[in-house]
Amino acid sequence: MTAILRLEDLAIGLPPGADRSHAVAGLSLEIAPDEVVCLVGESGSGKSLTAHAVMGLLPKGLPVSGRIHFEGRDVLTLPERERRRLRGARMAMIFQEPMAALHPIMRIGDQIAEVFRFHGRPDRGGTRVLDLLESVGLPDPPLIRRARPFELSGGQRQRAMIAMALALDPVLLIADEPTTALDVTTQAQILALLRTIRARRAMAMLLITHDIGVVAEMADRVAVMHEGRLVESGPAEAVLGRPAHAYTRRLLAAVPRLAPRPHRGEALGETVLSADRIAKRYATRGGVLRPRRVVQAVADASFALRRGETLGIVGESGSGKSTLARILVRLLGADAGTVRLAGVEGNLLALGGRRLKPVRRRIQMVFQDPFASLNPRRKVHQIVAQGLLAHGVDPGTARQRVDELLRLVGLDPAAAERFPNEFSGGQRQRIGIARALALEPEVLVADEPVSALDVSIQAQVLALLAEIRDELALAMLFITHDLRVAAQLCDRVAVMRRGEIVEIGATADVLFAPRHEYTRLLLASVPGRARFDGA
Amino acid sequence: MTFRQGFAHNRGALAGLAVLIGVVVLAAAAPVLFPFDPWDSRGAPLLPPGGAFAFGTDMLGRDVIAGIFHGARVSLFIGVVSTLFAVALGVVIGAVSGYFGGAVDDVLMRFTELFQTVPSFVLAVLLVAILTPGLASIVLAIAVVTWPPVARLARSEFLTLRHREFVEAAVLSGVSTPRIILVELLPNALTPIVIMASLMVATAILTESALSFLGLGDPNHISWGYMIGAARAVFRQAWWLSVFPGLAIFLTVLAINLVGEGLTDALNPHLRRRGATP
Repeated sequence: MTAILRLEDLAIGLPPGADRSHAVAGLSLEIAPDEVVCLVGESGSGKSLTAHAVMGLLPKGLPVSGRIHFEGRDVLTLPERERRRLRGARMAMIFQEPMAALHPIMRIGDQIAEVFRFHGRPDRGGTRVLDLLESVGLPDPPLIRRARPFELSGGQRQRAMIAMALALDPVLLIADEPTTALDVTTQAQILALLRTIRARRAMAMLLITHDIGVVAEMADRVAVMHEGRLVESGPAEAVLGRPAHAYTRRLLAAVPRLAPRPHRGEALGETVLSADRIAKRYATRGGVLRPRRVVQAVADASFALRRGETLGIVGESGSGKSTLARILVRLLGADAGTVRLAGVEGNLLALGGRRLKPVRRRIQMVFQDPFASLNPRRKVHQIVAQGLLAHGVDPGTARQRVDELLRLVGLDPAAAERFPNEFSGGQRQRIGIARALALEPEVLVADEPVSALDVSIQAQVLALLAEIRDELALAMLFITHDLRVAAQLCDRVAVMRRGEIVEIGATADVLFAPRHEYTRLLLASVPGRARFDGA
Repeated sequence: MTFRQGFAHNRGALAGLAVLIGVVVLAAAAPVLFPFDPWDSRGAPLLPPGGAFAFGTDMLGRDVIAGIFHGARVSLFIGVVSTLFAVALGVVIGAVSGYFGGAVDDVLMRFTELFQTVPSFVLAVLLVAILTPGLASIVLAIAVVTWPPVARLARSEFLTLRHREFVEAAVLSGVSTPRIILVELLPNALTPIVIMASLMVATAILTESALSFLGLGDPNHISWGYMIGAARAVFRQAWWLSVFPGLAIFLTVLAINLVGEGLTDALNPHLRRRGATP
């Protein structure tokens, strides 16, 4: 079978002054009709730019060389008018963030009808739009057609985006991280949808992703990119099962396995922190025309945490897990509930200013976003030492302690004199961990500390957290949406949904013998289990 | 891109900076080049430009060019000092309002709106008239009518920064609230405030000129606005009395605006190089 898309020696240059001369170099790749090729790589590997080059959507000024054969023609030599005719009609693209890719205030139906009109095939009766909306599994197509993007959920928006891409029956669909911004259960639905569409339409698909689970779930063939070069490509079974290149092996080894880990119940110490029936409601201010809305962010959450233990809080966005974390460290007030910390009289949630300060150092937090969590205008040693200085440690001692802490988290003490923007995401997260450890806390609350990191960096940071936890006998509350990460690190897991803890118990029980239907749904949604974890 | 490159990229800003430096030199050189009181009569009244007096003389025989030089001192002084007061007041109110939010925010913002709803020039005239005209009362009046936009800007900056993770981390580390506001938040909020302040200097100079034009200037210090105001009776006979101070105001205000735009370009966060990505 002849390839529908063939890239030959594709190279995309970068402007002078970038950290390498080419974003993509010497890339050759083929996609047959009716084939799903997954282009995998970490951030900065050039996978997204490759997709944009095929569509002709590269930023102006980036030099492109090589050939992109699409249906037998080299699109790089075509005039812009010809290329525009191909875009949308023969090849279509869906993006990571559907809210950004859709016109924010135009009705969904009108946006899809536009595609027909621009290509000279207006949809007069509106029936084709309705059929499309129906075919991507949107409920009540007549209603969705009149809705605007902000009225839909994230998953519905991505479905609308897919409907728009499919409007003119393209032979090639490029999907650039189509499920990265979605919750795991929604992701599973969208991936299932893409599979059905592809089976029904005999359409080639180029799926760009950083998630090996998604690859295992979707790919016929896999192409692995690293620093702009193709390091390995081949059938999915072969690449995932018997990776030939060292980089692919490293990448695959870094993906946490969804496998039970031995319970360490005996090794754990006494209870340090216990929470009883914590509740928090958010209410929006009502207006003249707007009714007051109340959301129960956390409802009756109770758990206990022992020294040296890691309790994972898993759930989808909006489940209240971050709210719970912020209540425990007293960044947010709770409406009800009691938190007891070993050695402290009374309810932690009710402590006032003066009595709170000495307690605060015992519970510290690691944040999600390695870019937003460090003040860009302060040097690393100022950031790490701020807590020590605030608690009256003299500057000389604090400075020594900063060097020790940086060494503890695997950074060179010379880093202390630099500003945060000189570090990569993984290094920044290490700085954040050093800051949290500076006050020698007994409880560490980590709110999605690895979800902004590439998988290989994620593995390093997870290993560091586990090492520090064991060395300092830290009790850790680990918030994550990623069940694989939870399975790797946590002794016990609590599953949250709409503010409630629906199931809590040892990791081996909750994740491998779930009792609650929602836990089962979450597990079933983890991509790539069948091929990757042998489940 | 460094700050200097960003600024130099904007040609207008460089031209503005050159003019502004020229005005500062004028002000500094005034007592050397014209070592006499600009209010003194130096020759025949209403002499046209050229001759012994480069910019001519006014109806009392005062040297116009000496007035321009000495007037630059008043304009710059009032522009800079009143802006400093306005920014200080605005930042304090905006910072407290944005950081604490809630009832504090409500009270302070209603207070700010009170000032914003009163026509600002009328309030300035009123204040100067009540406090008797003088440098101090003019500075005060201009500061009082120009701080509200600064407060609103500082408030919105603090509101967004307040919930950034690095601020929460500082709270958890036990850093005191005043220190968080001064050390963590203020340096990150300063860029837009500096840009706004640079443009406020121009507005302050204009306001001072307008007050002096109405006869509410400091009677001990000659100023450009006063000179134009005094010249309006003989506008048809002696054009030079109003054109030269008018040009001085125009060029200075234009220069400050150009410099302000250059600052915007140089400090704009969208142009600033982002840190290395992972």
